[in-house]
Amino acid sequence: MIEVENVSRSFGRHRVVDSLSFRVNSGEVLGFLGPNGAGKTTTMRMITGYLATHGGTIRVCGHDVASDGRAARACIGYLPEGAPAWADMTVNAFLRFLGEARGLAGSTLEQRMAHVSRLVELEDVAQQRIETLSKGFRRRVGLAQALLHDPPVLVLDEPTDGLDPNQKHQVRALIRGLASDRTIIVSTHILEEVEAVCSRALIIANGRKVADATPMELLRRSDFHQAVQLRLKEPCPDPAALESLPGVTRLARDAEGRVLTLFPQPGAAIHESVANLVRERNWPVEALYVEPGRLDDVFRKLTRGDAA
Amino acid sequence: MTGLSVIVRRELYSYFATPVAYVFVAIFLMLAGIFTFYPGQFFERGQADLVSFFNYLPWLFLVLVPAVAMRLWAEERRSGTVELLMTLPLNPSVVVLGKFLGAWLFIGLALALTFPLWITVNFLGQPDNGVILATYLGGWLMAGGFLAIGSCLSALTRNQVVAFILTLVVGFLFVVSGFPMVQDAFVGWGPVWLLDGLSAISFLAHFDAIGRGVIDWRNLLYFLLVIAVWLLATVQVLKRD
Repeated sequence: MIEVENVSRSFGRHRVVDSLSFRVNSGEVLGFLGPNGAGKTTTMRMITGYLATHGGTIRVCGHDVASDGRAARACIGYLPEGAPAWADMTVNAFLRFLGEARGLAGSTLEQRMAHVSRLVELEDVAQQRIETLSKGFRRRVGLAQALLHDPPVLVLDEPTDGLDPNQKHQVRALIRGLASDRTIIVSTHILEEVEAVCSRALIIANGRKVADATPMELLRRSDFHQAVQLRLKEPCPDPAALESLPGVTRLARDAEGRVLTLFPQPGAAIHESVANLVRERNWPVEALYVEPGRLDDVFRKLTRGDAA
Repeated sequence: MTGLSVIVRRELYSYFATPVAYVFVAIFLMLAGIFTFYPGQFFERGQADLVSFFNYLPWLFLVLVPAVAMRLWAEERRSGTVELLMTLPLNPSVVVLGKFLGAWLFIGLALALTFPLWITVNFLGQPDNGVILATYLGGWLMAGGFLAIGSCLSALTRNQVVAFILTLVVGFLFVVSGFPMVQDAFVGWGPVWLLDGLSAISFLAHFDAIGRGVIDWRNLLYFLLVIAVWLLATVQVLKRD
C-alpha cells in the first residue's frame, strides 16, 4: 500500500508537486498521468525515497519514507525514468549486484534471477554488456531489476517507453499478471495504456491532482462519451435533420461530409433515434457506432483547464 | 555489512571492466618512475631509500586521484544510476563509504605496484624498511584524503570535468596550505590561529612527518579525519536531494 498525504516538493522557487494526496491499495494498478513536467517523476522519486519531500508524509507498506526509509525502500521495486543501468556490466552481473545489495544470496538469488529473466525474456542477452543492448532490451533489464526481489510495491516510470508494439503488449500483460497481490504505480503518457492495464487513473497538472478515477469514469467525462459516429458511403444529404434530433447538441463532420459525429446532451442516448432516421431516409450506411469516450479528450480538458 | 562489501566489489569491478584501471595504473607507474629517476635523482643521491619517489608522490596523487574521484558520483548522476543506488534498502552512508573504499583499494593497488622500487633499494643497500612501509601507508592515507575530497565534489555535479577541476583546486589548497608562500600572504595581518590552522591542515606537512620516520599517530589520524569529514559531507550532499 502507498499513502501519499499532502506532499509538496520545490526545486528552487518552482513548486513541482503541490499538496498532493492519494493512496493506492494492494491489487490496484494506478496509472499516473500528466503532461510533461507535471510532477510525475518527482512524485515517484519521493515515494521511492530518492528525493526528500518538502512537507507532507509518504508511507509505503506502513513505513514512513522519511523516518523509516530503509524498510520502505526494501518493499519497493523501482524502475527509474529512462531505465538507467551501469553500461559496463553484463545483464547477469547487473542483476546479481542489485540482488546482493538487496540481501538476496545463494540459490534464492539464482532462482530469482532466472525467474525475472524469463518473465521479461532476457535469457538470450544474459551475458551481454548492457551498453550493447537496444533501448527495448534496456527497458526490460530495468523491469527485471525492479521485480528481482519480489517486492509488494512496484513503482514504474514509463515502463513501456521505447518498446515495440509486441513488447508493449507483453509488458502490459506482465503488469496485469503481477497486479493481483501487489500495489503498482505506472506513469505513462500513453493513454491507451491506462485503459489496458490500470484499475485507476490519477491525473496531475502543475503538481496538483486534477482527477482520480477509474478509466470508465474518466471516459464518461469525455465529450465523446456516448457520441454517435455515422459513416456513410456518400456525403450526407441532410445533416440538419440529424442535428435537430432530440438530445443532440452538436454535429461535427469531416470535409467530405461522409463521417459525422453527433454529440449528445449529458446522459442522453441518441443512437436509436439516429439509427431510425438513417433507416427512414435510406441512407447508405458504412458504419454506425457509439463511442465509449476518448481519454485524450478528457486528458486535454483536465490538464489544460488547470493551466488556464 | 554485506551491503558494504557488495558496493565495494561493484566499484572495484567497474574499474577493471573498463580500460580505466589499466590506463590509470600504467600512467601512474610511468610517471612515478620518471619522477623518481630524473628529477628525483634516485641513483645520483647514492642513498638506499625511497625519498626521491615519496617526494613526488603528493603531486602525482594531486593530479591522478581526482581522475579516479571525478567519476565516483558525477558519472552515476549523469547516467541516472544514482537513483538505483540511493533507492536500495541501504543507509546512504554505506553506499558512500562502499564506493570510496572501492576506489581507495584500487589506488592502493596502483601504489603497491611500485614495489619494484622497494626491491631495488633493498638490493642496492640496507634501507630502513620500517620507514618505507610507514611512508607507503602515509601515502595511501593521503590518497584517501584526495579521494574523499573528490567524492564530495563529484557528488555536487553531473559533469566529470567540473568534478576533476574542483578536486584538483581544493586538493592543491590542502597540499600547499603549509607552504611559506601561502603563510607569507597571511603573516603580519592574519590571526595566529589562521596561520596555525593553515599549516595544520597541510597534507604535505603530515605526509613529510610520516616520511621522516616519526610514527606519530596524530599524522595518520589526521588523514583519517579528513577522509571522514569529506565522506560525511558527501552523504549530506547526496541527501540534500
